Amino acid sequence: MIRAIIVTMAFDQATAPKRQRSNNRRGRAMKTGKDEAGTRRLIRMEPAGPVLRLAVGGVWALSDGLTDPATVGEALGAGGIDTLAVRCEGLERADSALMVYLTALHDLAAAAGVRFDVSGVDAGISALVALARAVPEQAGTGHVTESVARIDRVGSKALAAAREVNSQIQFYGELALSFGRLFTGRARLRWRDVLEVLEESGPRSLLIVTVIGGLIGMILAFIGAVQLRRFGAGIYVADLVGLAMAREMAAVMTGIVIAGKTGAAFAARIGTMQANEEVDALITLGISPIDFLVLPRVIGLALMMPLLYFYACGVGLAGGMLIGTTVLDLSPTEYWQQTQHALHPIQFMIGLGKSVVFGALVAIAGCMRGIRCGRSAAAVGEATTSAVVTGILYIIITDAIFAVLLEIYGL
Amino acid sequence: MTAPPDSTGISVEHLDMVFGSYVVQRNVSFRVAPGRIFVIMGGSGCGKSTLLRHMIGLIRPAAGRICYDGESYWDADDNRQTALRQRFGILFQGGALWSSMTLAENVALPLGLYTGLSPREITTLASYKLSLVGLRGFEDYLPAEISGGMRKRAGLARAMALDPAILFFDEPSAGLDPLSSHRLDRLLLELRDSLGTTIVVVTHELASIFAIADDSVFLDSETRTAIAWGPPKTLRQHCEHALVRDFLNRGSGAAGIGAL
Repeated sequence: MIRAIIVTMAFDQATAPKRQRSNNRRGRAMKTGKDEAGTRRLIRMEPAGPVLRLAVGGVWALSDGLTDPATVGEALGAGGIDTLAVRCEGLERADSALMVYLTALHDLAAAAGVRFDVSGVDAGISALVALARAVPEQAGTGHVTESVARIDRVGSKALAAAREVNSQIQFYGELALSFGRLFTGRARLRWRDVLEVLEESGPRSLLIVTVIGGLIGMILAFIGAVQLRRFGAGIYVADLVGLAMAREMAAVMTGIVIAGKTGAAFAARIGTMQANEEVDALITLGISPIDFLVLPRVIGLALMMPLLYFYACGVGLAGGMLIGTTVLDLSPTEYWQQTQHALHPIQFMIGLGKSVVFGALVAIAGCMRGIRCGRSAAAVGEATTSAVVTGILYIIITDAIFAVLLEIYGL
Repeated sequence: MTAPPDSTGISVEHLDMVFGSYVVQRNVSFRVAPGRIFVIMGGSGCGKSTLLRHMIGLIRPAAGRICYDGESYWDADDNRQTALRQRFGILFQGGALWSSMTLAENVALPLGLYTGLSPREITTLASYKLSLVGLRGFEDYLPAEISGGMRKRAGLARAMALDPAILFFDEPSAGLDPLSSHRLDRLLLELRDSLGTTIVVVTHELASIFAIADDSVFLDSETRTAIAWGPPKTLRQHCEHALVRDFLNRGSGAAGIGAL
């Protein structure tokens, strides 16, 4: 269609530049748009009493940007005009840049109550302008952006936070009911899904747990070594690493790693299912999505975390031993015996208990964000990151609670 | 699968659909006669799919009732609602197949839950349902491995798994080529004629509307309520609302492109 415009508007290329220069002396030539493009686009206003004539010509290309008809707007606003007449003159090439300009002129004319005459413009171009304005702007479909007072915003945010808390509590309620159904054998889930979760979260996490567990063990040993060496008490590094790993670090660090890896995956998977209406399909068939989707994941992670915990303990102790033997010149046997001496089985029980709870919490956080996810790709991304943050938060808060309880019970 | 002889069909009474402060539709009422094909029509964004979701038990209405054979769905208790839902078969837009399960497993899930059949019987029945929609041989494929049209057909097989008395379709022709769309229309007519299934369809594909609809309701996005009821062929000529006539005549042949 643009080619048709070029053909129908075939002006002598050789004379066009000259005509532009001579036109500069008649009427007012406005060099609008980018300076370099100013010579390519020509817009000339010719006031003629109650009619404002506008000649457009030259090369109109989007690569030169868009032109704002502000000057025309000012002229219309000055008053005394009843018609805005546009014609093409010396138009070599035009694309959407011209259409947008003409459409903007149409709007200016309509706003000023002035007649818009495009009879001097090529039929194809004016038809496109007419099309762009054929359908009136649909009222009520646009997003209304009101400027809201700050206090209103604070209020809305507070209400939104309250709704969020409400929604989380609802989820926990449904989850509790679901567990109730599980223990009475009425829950509708597939045990095959539990096996899939075990496979996803277990063997595939070994590498990262090895790296993180080992490094944490080494870091703990190193920090301890630097201080204890000054008192000739380097051997107690074994106690430090052993106790810290068994009681705290193995469970917490593994929990955090799994939150980032598996918790996020749960949220993404379930969130995408929400977007595809797969969760709705479950609901309409009378299957609780909590039973079907959340329970297998919670059970799976709660079973897998203790195994990862023991593995992390082992790797952490090995890392500590490495530092102990290299930096402190302890012998491996010494280190190992000291560790055994310091570690009472109760420490492992505590760590084990924590790991089970953390596993369940990470799964719950991931699944909750997934189920509460919106129906777009952006929402899935949001749910995924939110799942990680929530999971880590749950772990740390629970760890603090554990610390207090264990203190109370003298463990 | 046939509607029982004393069935009064579906009755939607003074339904209000609201999201927060945004009113989707207000005071919508219509009746779906048993064993007929009923179409819900309207412009884009008027709330047709939302209406469907209210009818199938996914969203609680802000006001009004949805009655199945005289029994109000949203006033019933959970167990009764589950029992009512077992009479529905729903084809979601895009099929909504469970992506980690094969086609056969998708169809088998409702069968395993609500029938007392053995696993082998369920597999046979699932195969049969898939063959009804022309997907024999694709039982072990995952939804991601088949085309969009095939996913829709598999979704239909799943919707029909429990021989439902009422089938709901959300934009069944969306994304289907004209021939597939025509085949789907023929299938719906077959279900109505041979099995007496009540069918509720949300669509704005005119060819399908005229081919299959016995009755319809038109939802208006401006006034946010239902404005026309009746067989589309009658509405096309005689509806008092120009908007509905325009819609059914695809712009009434006027020059240019009207409101899309």
